[in-house]
Amino acid sequence: MTRSRWVSLLMILVILVAWEGYCRFFHVPDYILPPPSRILAVSVSRAALLFPHAAVTALEILLGIFLSLMVAVPLAVLMFFHPSIEEAISPFLVASQSIPVFALAPLLVIWLGYGIASKVLMAAIIIFFPITVSLLEGFKNCGPEYVVLFRLMGAGFWTRMRLLYWPWALPYFFAGLKVGVTVATIGAVIGEWVGSQQGLGYLMIQMNARLRVDMVFAAILWLSLMGLGMWKLVNVLERKVIHWK
Amino acid sequence: MEVLKGFSLVVPRNGFTALVGPSGCGKSTFFDLLTGVVGKDEGGIRWLDKEVDHLGGVASYMQQKDLLLPWLSLMDNALLPVRVGQGADPREAEKARALFRRLGLEGFEGYIPGKVSGGMRQRCALVRTLMFERELVLLDEPLSALDAITRRSLHSVLLLLQTEFKKTLLMITHDVEEALLLADEVVVLTQAPMKIRERFRLTSPKPRKMTDPDLIAMKEHILEELQEELNHDAL
Repeated sequence: MTRSRWVSLLMILVILVAWEGYCRFFHVPDYILPPPSRILAVSVSRAALLFPHAAVTALEILLGIFLSLMVAVPLAVLMFFHPSIEEAISPFLVASQSIPVFALAPLLVIWLGYGIASKVLMAAIIIFFPITVSLLEGFKNCGPEYVVLFRLMGAGFWTRMRLLYWPWALPYFFAGLKVGVTVATIGAVIGEWVGSQQGLGYLMIQMNARLRVDMVFAAILWLSLMGLGMWKLVNVLERKVIHWK
Repeated sequence: MEVLKGFSLVVPRNGFTALVGPSGCGKSTFFDLLTGVVGKDEGGIRWLDKEVDHLGGVASYMQQKDLLLPWLSLMDNALLPVRVGQGADPREAEKARALFRRLGLEGFEGYIPGKVSGGMRQRCALVRTLMFERELVLLDEPLSALDAITRRSLHSVLLLLQTEFKKTLLMITHDVEEALLLADEVVVLTQAPMKIRERFRLTSPKPRKMTDPDLIAMKEHILEELQEELNHDAL
């Protein structure tokens, strides 16, 4: 393990010990702030309850990522294909980003119901912007002398896209995807808060109402582990796909 | 800004013509005109007695940067003109393999550019240039990013283009020695607006050696001319 890994591990440990000590020393009740040991114990002992909810949230996030890719990739290609298309679309894109997703959540629940559709859409809305923008940036960053080379070979736009722009933009795409997967959880959980019957967000609201703060924390722990797992997965995928770096 | 003025150059078929000039004289713009990267305001370009807009369809282009795609193997890079064109043809792959052997790249077909030396990358770029199947080869300081020893070994490879592959070569270079060693004609250019200052026909057989007294004298002469052009610019 590298030195920086040890430092970050040590930091987490210090925080956890301080937290634990504070709860025990001042006899803080569990419904206000449970100690880390309690959260960990509940996360494991109630895994049977947590797991189905986590699975739903994970499914929402994965479908959200898939949906946003279906939109973001063609959109970025189209915007790159012609600057006038970019000019036409980008104001809407930016405007859509300045609307807080929190404001959209109740509407989406009204339109799409309490099922997972509204959460999938929430996650997709949140992540599609970083992916579109980073992919477009990657296309634009392609070395002009490569473009000249391809032109001399007689390559049209779509051939250049397939053989040049797309592989060129992959590192940018993955940078966007990494931001995307980490914030996708926000979209899904907010969607679940507003109205749902399952998912970790739903569980948090339920447990919060019953003052089971330890279970709320357990759900948060599961959620952050899920986020970490997806981040790792994207990293592994990135190293596999971008094998030349 | 006027880059070219009253500039006229005839390049003989299957000849090797080298252009040397002070930096910033407009050589690269001239190549951009030939390849159609920039449009021309006036004047004309002719290829085999036919007026053309640019030489995009006739010429292949090799630059200082090898411009290999880092994600493709050397072989796939070499076959890029084929892939962009009509699609995979097994005969083309065979031809590329033969070129790899000829240029000393055998055994490295599967390597990616990041794993081989600069000289090998430039050889691979040369194979790709040959896979173009274009008669005219434009060379824009193709070896200037390489070290002296690698450059020397690639000189003989460039000569192959003329002798074995019957290409017509037009090269820009800063390196007067390189021009004298390789070309049939060395054209010395003036400061912008670019004109021809002097042309030297070289008839001695190739490969040449820089120890040849004629070449040494010519090199001195050309370097003096280039120096004058630079000084002229400073005044």
